[in-house]
Amino acid sequence: MTPESFLIITSLLKIVGILFIVILPMVSYAVYAERKVSAAIQDRLGPNRVGPAGLLQPIADMFKLLLKEDFTPRAANTFYYWLAPCLAVMPAIITIAVVPFGSTLFGVPMVIADVNVGILFVFAIASLGVYGIVIGGWASNSKYPFLGGIRSSAQMLSYELSLGLAVIPVFLLVGNLRLTSVVRYQIEHGWFIAPFIGDWTNPWKWLLTIPMIVSFIVFTIAIFAETNRLPFDLPEAEQELAGGYNTEYSSMKFSLYFLGEYAAMITGSAVIVTLFFGGWHLPGIPDGSHGWIFGLINIAVFFAKVAIIIFFFMWVRWTLPRFRYDQLMRLGWLFFFEIALVNIFVVAAIVPFIQ
Amino acid sequence: MSPFLFWIFALLTLIFGAAVVINRNPVASALSLVVSFLGLAALFMSLNAYFIGIIQVLVYAGAVMVLFLFIIMLLNLRAEEARRINWLATAGGVAVALILLGQIFSVISHLKFAQNPFPPLAGLTVDDVRNIGAVLFRNYNLPFQIVGVLVLVATVGVVLLSKREPR
Amino acid sequence: MAITVSRPKLNWRERLYLPAIVAGLAITFKHFKNLLLGRTKVTMQYPEQKWDGNLPDYYRGAPALVRDEDGRVRCVACQLCEFICPPRAIKIIPGEIDSTDRFAKVEKYPEAFDIDMIRCIFCGMCEEVCPEQAIFLRKDYAITGFTRADMVHHKEKLLEIGGVMHGVVLKWNKKK
Ligand code: SF4
Ligand code: SF4
Repeated sequence: MTPESFLIITSLLKIVGILFIVILPMVSYAVYAERKVSAAIQDRLGPNRVGPAGLLQPIADMFKLLLKEDFTPRAANTFYYWLAPCLAVMPAIITIAVVPFGSTLFGVPMVIADVNVGILFVFAIASLGVYGIVIGGWASNSKYPFLGGIRSSAQMLSYELSLGLAVIPVFLLVGNLRLTSVVRYQIEHGWFIAPFIGDWTNPWKWLLTIPMIVSFIVFTIAIFAETNRLPFDLPEAEQELAGGYNTEYSSMKFSLYFLGEYAAMITGSAVIVTLFFGGWHLPGIPDGSHGWIFGLINIAVFFAKVAIIIFFFMWVRWTLPRFRYDQLMRLGWLFFFEIALVNIFVVAAIVPFIQ
Repeated sequence: MSPFLFWIFALLTLIFGAAVVINRNPVASALSLVVSFLGLAALFMSLNAYFIGIIQVLVYAGAVMVLFLFIIMLLNLRAEEARRINWLATAGGVAVALILLGQIFSVISHLKFAQNPFPPLAGLTVDDVRNIGAVLFRNYNLPFQIVGVLVLVATVGVVLLSKREPR
Repeated sequence: MAITVSRPKLNWRERLYLPAIVAGLAITFKHFKNLLLGRTKVTMQYPEQKWDGNLPDYYRGAPALVRDEDGRVRCVACQLCEFICPPRAIKIIPGEIDSTDRFAKVEKYPEAFDIDMIRCIFCGMCEEVCPEQAIFLRKDYAITGFTRADMVHHKEKLLEIGGVMHGVVLKWNKKK
């Protein structure tokens, strides 16, 4: 087998595996988990009828959504009305391509495309996610969705700035934009959320922790805004905009929006894990070159971490009320932007003492 | 990259580039431009210029076009759709485009290195992000800083212009 | 007149939001943890667990017709309940009792007595207005059906729910 065809076949296997075995079930069960977590936080039980502990609920939901009437408003711009939900799901799923979700398995690196612009790729594709919402809002030809679309485009553009600036400290330390090198670096020098681990006596590492945590907080908040999760879900603020950009959508098209939101949340968590929590690394567990069982464990560790971050997302959602729109914009432009900017200088001042 | 992929992305870029002009609906034009940018980014990447390609997507498709779309949607340009096509202007435009194309072809075919085959690209080992950064900050640091100041001035100017008059 | 509500001035700690957010997260996590550990009282799991035994005597469930100890349908088809019923759920077709009948003195009986349970609002007016104490609100509440016709309780069904009622209305007895 030529190396090229080997690459193509393994890539296809990885894409199919990660998409159909991990991401899509994870998306549908994220919806289930969201309902369970919200129920627990509100002293309820949540879905518990379909299957044991309600585990088959996502499948029942899927049938329900498929069987609903697929309604297209007459005033809508049909082509774009149909196109928009697809655009909402695609970027979220494509982003996972550059995220290393495991070390190696049988010598094959567990990342679909290890490009040298990894994090920029994530940002670029994530920034395309806004089209799904904007076009959906516009094509519905209705006031509330339109306002939702406009809000989301302004919100995403504002928070992309802090998103980009917040990760620069990480790459100042790593030295290139490849996400696999980020993980490598963290294996050797400790996770970015706690760089002092393994190097307890180095005061500079302790000092580095502060800006790294600031960077993590700003990045996480920006991811919240980018994925339209609750403290920042202005584009779909029910009380103000009926349902936001998806008001006119029904049936499977609505559920595509719904799933797109969760897919974006999963990829966002995957990026957070890769950047700040050591990716698939867990101290004491060797990588996949020591046997395929460790390769599998690495993958499991990665998705376990992702699940924890997703739980955090949900936890925040069911705790905080929504920000006002002016607060959101003020926070983004006058707060996180500056914090992230200053943070870069702080880290840049510390970096020479670490290397 | 296989020529097959090259043709796909080249065609994508061209077809949607044409669609920008042909479409009567401004929103459709803007979206066609986005697709055209994506095709262009893919072509860049096929030349191992990952950085340029991804910046193309990030800046043009992800940020600039969103703002464009934003404005177009807010203005709600219905009149454009109703406008008749002026055949004379169209013919003139096509003629100018064809003449330009012919000129480009004739100029390139007279260049000496255009006769040589394209040198094979080095493997994926080149870190183009690092190279661009190094060139930008070592060789062209002053121009880079000047451009930065220029952009800053423009930003401040815009903020000043868009600010409401204090009453 | 418009009233201007003064916004509270926040100090820098409050404006940072983070302490309040962390406090909020702690509260919600406490609820989350308590539920997982089974310390939270949750709502009754309805079809499996029922509260029927605890229904009070004055519970207003489905209206039903009753017979007296002689087996006679107590209703005399006076149609007062039909008249009073706010949503017009009751429909009665009166019939005449045969003169040879033991209860000929009663004169009328309901030939048909339908209560549309889609309409009934369980108000209890029919029970209140009935001079014969022939209609009572019982404790049935799970009234279901696949069609609208299923949801209409006919006389047989009403009598079945109602059963026999011993009681105070004695004026149709022979002795009196
Ligand atoms: S149930 Fe009572 S009120 Fe209604 S018709 Fe019969 S006797 Fe009259
Ligand atoms: S309970 Fe009320 S609504 Fe129902 S039948 Fe009696 S009077 Fe009508």
